[in-house]
Amino acid sequence: MEFSLLSDIVEYCKREKKDMAQAMVDYEMRNKHLTREQVYDGLMRVLLVMEDSVDQGLTQQVISPSGMLNNWAKQVYNAPIETLGASLKKATARAIAVGEVNACMGKIAAAPTAGSAGIMPAVLVTMMEEHKIPRERILDALLVSSAIGLIFAKNSSFAGSEAGCMGETGSAAAMAAASITYLLGGNEEQILEAVGFALKASMGLVCDPVGGLVEEPCTTRNAVGVANAFVSSQMALAGIQSLIPADEVIFATKEVGDLMSPKLKESAQGGLANTKTGREIQKKIFKTVE
Amino acid sequence: MTEQPSLFDILGPIMIGPSSSHTAGASRIGYVARQLLHDEPKKAIITLYNSFAKTHKGHGTDKAIIGGILGFGPDDERIRQSPELAKKAGLEWEFKFVGDFVRFHSNTARIKLFAKNGGTVEVVGASLGGGRIKIQEIEGFPVDFNAQTHTVVIIADDVPGSIQHISGAIAQRQVNIANMFVSRMENIANMVIELDQALDDDTLKEIKNFSWVKFVRLVEPMLEGSSRYEK
Repeated sequence: MEFSLLSDIVEYCKREKKDMAQAMVDYEMRNKHLTREQVYDGLMRVLLVMEDSVDQGLTQQVISPSGMLNNWAKQVYNAPIETLGASLKKATARAIAVGEVNACMGKIAAAPTAGSAGIMPAVLVTMMEEHKIPRERILDALLVSSAIGLIFAKNSSFAGSEAGCMGETGSAAAMAAASITYLLGGNEEQILEAVGFALKASMGLVCDPVGGLVEEPCTTRNAVGVANAFVSSQMALAGIQSLIPADEVIFATKEVGDLMSPKLKESAQGGLANTKTGREIQKKIFKTVE
Repeated sequence: MTEQPSLFDILGPIMIGPSSSHTAGASRIGYVARQLLHDEPKKAIITLYNSFAKTHKGHGTDKAIIGGILGFGPDDERIRQSPELAKKAGLEWEFKFVGDFVRFHSNTARIKLFAKNGGTVEVVGASLGGGRIKIQEIEGFPVDFNAQTHTVVIIADDVPGSIQHISGAIAQRQVNIANMFVSRMENIANMVIELDQALDDDTLKEIKNFSWVKFVRLVEPMLEGSSRYEK
């Protein structure tokens, strides 16, 4: 069973009268010879790791070995000023929490990569809390996100070294936008619109980590990716259309990734990594860490 | 049809951060080395190449590889304390760094292990991203396998009929051979056999008992996510 485009998945849903989550259950069962139960068990393991990584970042001391990240998640979670209410503040804190846990060699679920692992947990935990959605339904939202990731991986790339941060936090934001849209009752077309919006907002985002470490700006970009997902889903659920179909947007990310200089793709040679301050931090880290 | 990716390749692996290539993949290379030694290691000499050499500290690549050598999987939280745990386990280690070595993939490690009982093994592996690895050299023989399935590694005198004897021993147990690679150096052959199922100890012993076989090891898969299930 093979899906090459998002539109193939939508077509399958229409033909089989199934939603996108069930299409992905069929995909995994058939290709990997698993039972439905095994697929959901695997998803539950992923979700539990996601929830734990959020909790750890919000409750434990998390200072990265380089010192660049220092208990930011708790600082945001407890901030007295809220730009748009407690929900957005908490969602922001959750994404940072996972980024900090990851940088401190904690356990995370790559979704789709380790560097972008904060977006999906932040969005899903926030959806559970804000909309009182039970865990079982969240597993279906994970399935929907995997459909987006599957096609993105095929027609573009998750690798920062190939598609920059667009391939990492960009794809994660698109996966998360699809999850939100699905959970709030959006149909397949609206899910794809949300994906389109999220990817368009990430188009050309470079991967320029200071010192080559998965910390700065990765962690705060995860937080912004959460906002991207909620905003993109909001637009799609209201019924506005992305004009460029999501599949074509994915092909555009591939083209843009290919056009990006290798200096802007994970090599820590351009962008923020190459600023005066970025270089100074790099020197200092590698001296102190050694 | 080529093999389709699993959705657990996208939602996963479950791993110790911060980097699937510099941490998760690195621990898997260490774990493969441990399985090839097939004994408690007392000493490890680890050479990191290219990007591994340049950024290992910030990514915990050293801790991940030592953790793998201690038998910790890529999602084992003990990886963080692996240097202290190694000291307790009586494992000594030494790191060497080669910044630019174009023949190797950007994230490559060479691991030489010494067992408490005198055995040694030397492995070169590359971390390809997403926690996936490629083992590319064992005891100086070029190999190419990803350790995502049950893999038997054999080094033997290159006698006529050797492949037939070995595949016969495996077939007898109703285990399917998915792939088989053979390389030769002078009069020695190296075989890497990927199997659909695990192989029992008796079959491994049977292979070891062929007079011309010098080395037999089973490498078991260990990536979180899709390949955690028995097919």
